Amino acid sequence: MVERHQFSTFFVDGSLFGIEVKKVHEVTSIAEITPVPLAPPMVRGLINLRGRIVTAIDLRRCLQRGERSSGSRPIHLIVYTDDALASFLVDQVDDVMEVDEDTFESPPETLEGCCRELIRGTYKLNGRLLLVLDVEAVMSGISVTAPERSDGACQDVQVGRSPS
Amino acid sequence: MDDLDAIVKEFVLESRENLDQLDRDLVELEKDPTDGNTLASIFRTIHSMKGASGFLGFSKLGAIAHVGESLLSRLRDGTLIINPPITNQLLAMLDSLRKILFSIDETGAEGDSDYSALVEDLTRLQKMDPVERPPAVLPNRFPAAPGSTATQLIELEDRVIVETAVPLERAVVATDVGIVDLPPERKETPNKPSSHGNVRVDVKQLDVLMNLVGELVLARNEILQISSIREDSALSNTLQRLNFITTELQEGITKTRMQPIDNVWSKFPRMVRDLALQRGKKVRLEMEGNATELDKTLIEAIKDPLMHVVRNSIDHGLETPENRARVGKPAEGRLALRAFHEGGQVNIEISDDGAGINISEVRRKAIERGLVTSDRARLMDDQEVMKLIFLPGFSTSEKITDISGRGVGMDVVKTNIERIGGRISIHSEFGLGTTLQMRIPLTLTIMPALVVTAGGYRYAIPQVNVLELVRLEEETVVTGIEKIQNSSVYRLRGNLLPLVWLNDALRVEDRTRDTSQAGGIQVVNIIVLNADGSRFGLIVDEVDDIQEIVVKALDKRLREVSTFAGATVLGNGTVALILDVFGLALHAKVLAKARGQRAALDELPAAESFDESEKLLLFDSPDDARMAISLSFVTRLQEFPSSSIERTGSQEVVQYRGTILPLKRLATLLPERRLKPRHSKIKAETNETVQAVLYSKDGCCGALLVGRILDTVEQSAANRCPPTRKGVLSSAVIQGRVTEILDPEVICGDLVAVSHANQVAVQAKS
Repeated sequence: MVERHQFSTFFVDGSLFGIEVKKVHEVTSIAEITPVPLAPPMVRGLINLRGRIVTAIDLRRCLQRGERSSGSRPIHLIVYTDDALASFLVDQVDDVMEVDEDTFESPPETLEGCCRELIRGTYKLNGRLLLVLDVEAVMSGISVTAPERSDGACQDVQVGRSPS
Repeated sequence: MDDLDAIVKEFVLESRENLDQLDRDLVELEKDPTDGNTLASIFRTIHSMKGASGFLGFSKLGAIAHVGESLLSRLRDGTLIINPPITNQLLAMLDSLRKILFSIDETGAEGDSDYSALVEDLTRLQKMDPVERPPAVLPNRFPAAPGSTATQLIELEDRVIVETAVPLERAVVATDVGIVDLPPERKETPNKPSSHGNVRVDVKQLDVLMNLVGELVLARNEILQISSIREDSALSNTLQRLNFITTELQEGITKTRMQPIDNVWSKFPRMVRDLALQRGKKVRLEMEGNATELDKTLIEAIKDPLMHVVRNSIDHGLETPENRARVGKPAEGRLALRAFHEGGQVNIEISDDGAGINISEVRRKAIERGLVTSDRARLMDDQEVMKLIFLPGFSTSEKITDISGRGVGMDVVKTNIERIGGRISIHSEFGLGTTLQMRIPLTLTIMPALVVTAGGYRYAIPQVNVLELVRLEEETVVTGIEKIQNSSVYRLRGNLLPLVWLNDALRVEDRTRDTSQAGGIQVVNIIVLNADGSRFGLIVDEVDDIQEIVVKALDKRLREVSTFAGATVLGNGTVALILDVFGLALHAKVLAKARGQRAALDELPAAESFDESEKLLLFDSPDDARMAISLSFVTRLQEFPSSSIERTGSQEVVQYRGTILPLKRLATLLPERRLKPRHSKIKAETNETVQAVLYSKDGCCGALLVGRILDTVEQSAANRCPPTRKGVLSSAVIQGRVTEILDPEVICGDLVAVSHANQVAVQAKS
């Protein structure tokens, strides 16, 4: 009897990622993002989710992938964090997948830098890999260590501005 | 069964409140043993608790209350006089009762603790020979007890202290975790049975209502925004009503959440008494402003910091009676708590007349602990050194006691106060005493804020921080802003105001600057802000609006961005960040720079008022003469459409915020010099709108029609010439032109009767 897990899957820069289904609140596309100046570059800003203010975090920036092409609008994957909600900006949302526990493997040694901390491991699927994202690790990555920081802040605001 | 549960719950709740009251009463009684009313009230309360325990079958509770009652009855009959050992025992009894009640609340049973020792002690005290009436007992003094009982009593005291520690701790823990969902205490006037007009409401219910009101405010803001685009009078009328009701509702709900600070303070008499006894000190506790109200969540938040500060004062601040005698102070130390409202905030002061803080000792300790380098410490002034006390890991006390001084010190107090948007400051004079001042906002969830734009996004600035708005136009943009090295300053009525560009401080790109720089900057908006006592000017791209905003917390990981206090949803549904003015000032480094100027800023206005200078509102009269009126008389400047001027009898009136204001024309006030044709010509020209000065003085208010409002100026009374005609106080040369300064009395004159009916309403609005 193999344990099975359900993951909400999505794409970031062509790679397939997954977050446990029970950690996902909803999927939405909200255009309006208010940037938070002086915050780390991963933080794209704040969104109004039916009256709740939710922090939007760009997974492309967390995973150090390139910027999204200007025409494509990111999708908000709203997830539960330890104390609130957060929004992960992804390129595209895929199905909920059920995977066998015995196809799991911890992240390969060759995986480098910050990505290693953010990924709990991989499930080997048919023909592709599902990378499991650690929500709390992503969240702790946005903590501001010092009030003075982030030289990219200026540029963030530019990019973060919603196409309106 | 459920009914019985409800009765027990009610009994527990009521008894707890009663016990809190008894704590206070006993301390009172000890001060004045002859106070028969207090004694009778204590007796009654214990008696009815005994009765209820018997009825509900709580035998331990009943037994303890019974011996307590017997002891009290001897006190009441006057065969025994209350003294510290008796008070200690009675207080210990209250603690035991509290412990049992806690257990009943938790488990439904009385618990298996053994109280026979307590019962025995109470019984023994009761059997004690009537203590000789100590001659002329001063309140709070120990009566001279006979030698034989003295040792026994000290023994008792020791045990009492050990016993009290446990239930008190537990009680605190219980409230913190929120096991008690009703307010642990309620404001009750002493010696008065609770009135029938009160309803107990679950605090959670109030929280839900408060949240809903918050959402309603947001929805209203959104609707207002939508309606401002449309021209629909029916809609806007209904909206006006909705607006009004929402505001009332919000105020009402906010009020229900308000609690008097006494809810925390009422614990202090007992605490101070116990601590003073334990430390061998004599303390007189003075409390002022017990009825000062603030939001429930804030009350909760300041409880621990306040207790800590009070404990500190007794432990480290106040000296022992011997030491006080040595420096010529009265043996009894004074600990004063004062609370009052000021400028939309609550001020709390805790002062003692103790030893004060030794600045050089603080400096030495700070260097020793590695908090500052010795070079740095030498450069710091006394006030800066004093602030080192708030650094983590600082404790000046030589000996670590069990009361305070365990390393968790003032830094925790400071953090807790700042977390709720408050500020804390300390003033101390070595040898004379220490005063700690806390400034705390009234409520946290909804507040008025100024909405501004910078870099294309909107930001909210809490109204409490905003002092005034200055708008520079055209040539004043160039001349008004001056540079000292790299920093810009503006001369605000002769004082230098450091300037901060919000765009630069937040490192956001300025959308408007590129376009405007081509043709020169047209307009500069300076918001004069107050950050912890010092002023600075914040330059924003646009000033939008004043709105009631609902404060929402940022994700905890973003809270480190100290420039923001939270976020809010604006009327159009977008999110705006709320600026933390103090954090912004620190970030932009205007606080450090401004320190030198701060002294100057604080002193100058005082010096000016010495010179009897007065702020004047400058305006053109409808016939183009320069006039001025004291700004203290002016409540608001308002533009009315000419069509809105109506008549009641012979009096012209306008409607303003739902009230009727009498309208005054200079022509009728100063009839001697009217050139009729010119006057009417001007009137015809300004057909669409008229500018009016709304005023209020000694209950008289109305609107004064003027030609054009020009400026406000400060003008020294020394340079004025005597009046040339009736209705004018004096004339003076202001901005190069002869200006008549109007006499407010004349404007009021015959209007008093008309405006009388409106005055209450207008004052309430303004």
